[in-house]
Amino acid sequence: MSSTPAVDVSSLHVHRGLHKALDDVSLQVPAGSITGLLGPSGCGKTTLMRSVVGTQIIESGTVTVLGEPAGSRGLRRRVGYVTQAPSVYTDLTVTENVAYYAALYGRDRAAVADTIAAVGLAGHAGNTADALSGGQLGRVSLACSLVGDPELLVLDEPTVGLDPVLRAELWEHFRALAARGVTLLVSSHVMDEADHCDALVLLRDGRLVAQLTPRELRDRTGEERLEDAFLHLIRGDAAGTETEETR
Amino acid sequence: MSTVIYAATTTRILRQLRADHRTVAMIVFVPSLLMALLYFMYRDTPPGFDGRTLFDSIAITMLGILPFVVMFLVTSIAMQRERTSGTLERLLTTPLTKFDLLAGYGSAFSVAAIVQAGIACAVSFWLLGVTSAGPVAWVLVVAVLVAVLGVSLGLLCSAFARTEFQAVQFMPVIVIPQFLLCGLLVARDDLPDWLRWISNVLPLSYAVEALQEISTHPGTTAVMVRDLLVVAAFAVAALALGAATLRRRTP
Repeated sequence: MSSTPAVDVSSLHVHRGLHKALDDVSLQVPAGSITGLLGPSGCGKTTLMRSVVGTQIIESGTVTVLGEPAGSRGLRRRVGYVTQAPSVYTDLTVTENVAYYAALYGRDRAAVADTIAAVGLAGHAGNTADALSGGQLGRVSLACSLVGDPELLVLDEPTVGLDPVLRAELWEHFRALAARGVTLLVSSHVMDEADHCDALVLLRDGRLVAQLTPRELRDRTGEERLEDAFLHLIRGDAAGTETEETR
Repeated sequence: MSTVIYAATTTRILRQLRADHRTVAMIVFVPSLLMALLYFMYRDTPPGFDGRTLFDSIAITMLGILPFVVMFLVTSIAMQRERTSGTLERLLTTPLTKFDLLAGYGSAFSVAAIVQAGIACAVSFWLLGVTSAGPVAWVLVVAVLVAVLGVSLGLLCSAFARTEFQAVQFMPVIVIPQFLLCGLLVARDDLPDWLRWISNVLPLSYAVEALQEISTHPGTTAVMVRDLLVVAAFAVAALALGAATLRRRTP
């Protein structure tokens, strides 16, 4: 495993409208591991992910992905992006959806069936997507990226609205991918998912709160529950800003 | 541009179209039904001094206008759906190029347009007795070209609509003025100068002029060829502008 990070973000500033979506964010995503991007809704997780896949207009700063500037032509084959809302053609079958993305990424038919089986939808391969449940739709969306066999997989809230069994299965799947050397950047607004990650990036109001491992987060805050640890960190941070302002 | 990606995109769009049986039925049958409606509307009107019935000249013009209207609507909404559903943003993170996507849409809907124009021509010339001095094949060529024009203008307009609801509203803005000024209701020579100038920069005017040439001249005329080139140029220009509105990076 190489020591150069898969994603290197440096002093990233992004405006969305009048709102500062990301404010001087710098972070590294280690290669071949799972990095969790955590923070409350609206904290800039999606904006950061869009910056990594190169669909976000950025104000300033640099985003380097797998050694190339984010969004470069060469990266489009190497990076998979799964949007928060399942971006799937609901009028096509599961197989037709995945086969289309396989063609875009230059993969063969065998990869299509394998990927559909990998996300546990083999029994639904011939169903049209609009007949699937929300959770199944999300997995079709995931399969559309997995079929490209990406080196970096960017997943925006992939487990939202899933039942606990499916969630556990997905995390096992992500773990297996990471074991194969795939780098995963996974966002969530649920802190208890942080334990599935090797590294954590905590965001709040467009600013980086901390980048550390789950163990470091517990050690630093003295809290056992990661939810509490995150709150501890944020309140400490807020207190810090307050004292700075009063000075 | 990649042949595999372009072909896969065209196939995907055709599959989506095929899955929507109602839209297929409307694309295939609505123009023919409207032609039949026109036939009955004009059946009892007397023929003009040149011996041609009013239905003859209107029908041949409508064979050019109907594919334009239908394909404009279908395309602008289909592309708008791609934009709002998030699939467009995701597609643009894959190796697909803008040209692959636009060419895919253009080709897929043109296939639909060829089927539509073919059936409308068959019904008009064989069942409804429309006659033309020029070859029917040329009428079909114009109908297909106009449908492609509708596709490319539809793709372009979808960029300026935020919702499918707005996309439909482009129809009165883009299509109806062209319909009114194309020479069907009032001959273009009889329009006030300023309206004739507007008519001169609208692509449908050239398609209608080409169809009128075909219906009254047995051979190929210079005006016909020029008109067809103008319509084709408009279609290409609209596609190029459409490509310019597709951005990988958005705010």
